[in-house]
Amino acid sequence: MASGVKPRVKVPKTAAAGETITIKTLISHKMESGQRKDDDGNIIPRSIINRFTADFNGENVIDVTLEPAISTNPYFQFDAVVPESGEFKFTWYDDDGDVYDTSKEITVS
Amino acid sequence: MEITRRRILEIGTGAFACAGFLGLPAFASLSDDAITEFTGGAEMGEGVITLTAPEIAENGNTVPIGVDAPGAVEVSIFADGNPEPKVATFNFGPLSASRGASTRIRLARTQNVVAVAKMEDGTFQMVSAEVKVTIGGCGG
Repeated sequence: MASGVKPRVKVPKTAAAGETITIKTLISHKMESGQRKDDDGNIIPRSIINRFTADFNGENVIDVTLEPAISTNPYFQFDAVVPESGEFKFTWYDDDGDVYDTSKEITVS
Repeated sequence: MEITRRRILEIGTGAFACAGFLGLPAFASLSDDAITEFTGGAEMGEGVITLTAPEIAENGNTVPIGVDAPGAVEVSIFADGNPEPKVATFNFGPLSASRGASTRIRLARTQNVVAVAKMEDGTFQMVSAEVKVTIGGCGG
């Protein structure tokens, strides 16, 4: 599913050095589980995002393996420590090989 | 096709679980197998990690859960009543602060949600919570 996938991420714009910040991410994706059947009784093939990662200046914050039991439009909330100013990079990996990414700058004062 | 209430429920909630759900009689052992695969059969302690889940979920298609596991390097979530018990695995990197995360999951029916954490010292901790699902994946 390459169309209509839109990542949305909430990261504070500024933080103090070493502060713990909360990050919220959402990506629009139907997360077809592979368990559902269509009107004719045929199984609708699985099509999900199977992996999500968040990195800050190249260092990993969280790496999630997703299974079909994750709801439509996968949402994640987690905490991160920011030692310096830099960039968060968020990456989602689709079953069909597509990779969606977005990044957010944060300034440490 | 006539649009009945049941039909709308099916469309709205998605009958995602029905197929596997009816074909697999032994759910609990399925999730036990999945947990053993994760821990390698190691003993699991309790009381260190917490799992936040609603007691009653009206819609099994999107159930908010959160896990808080201080000192964990990896947390796996299982749902013992789903056709496929694995839900998600969180790997925490060096910049992860609280070793906790929240997400939304699908539950086919009333069941236990289990979180198993691999701690920094290689031991395992688990916690489970029962979630009552009003409308599961099979539309009722």
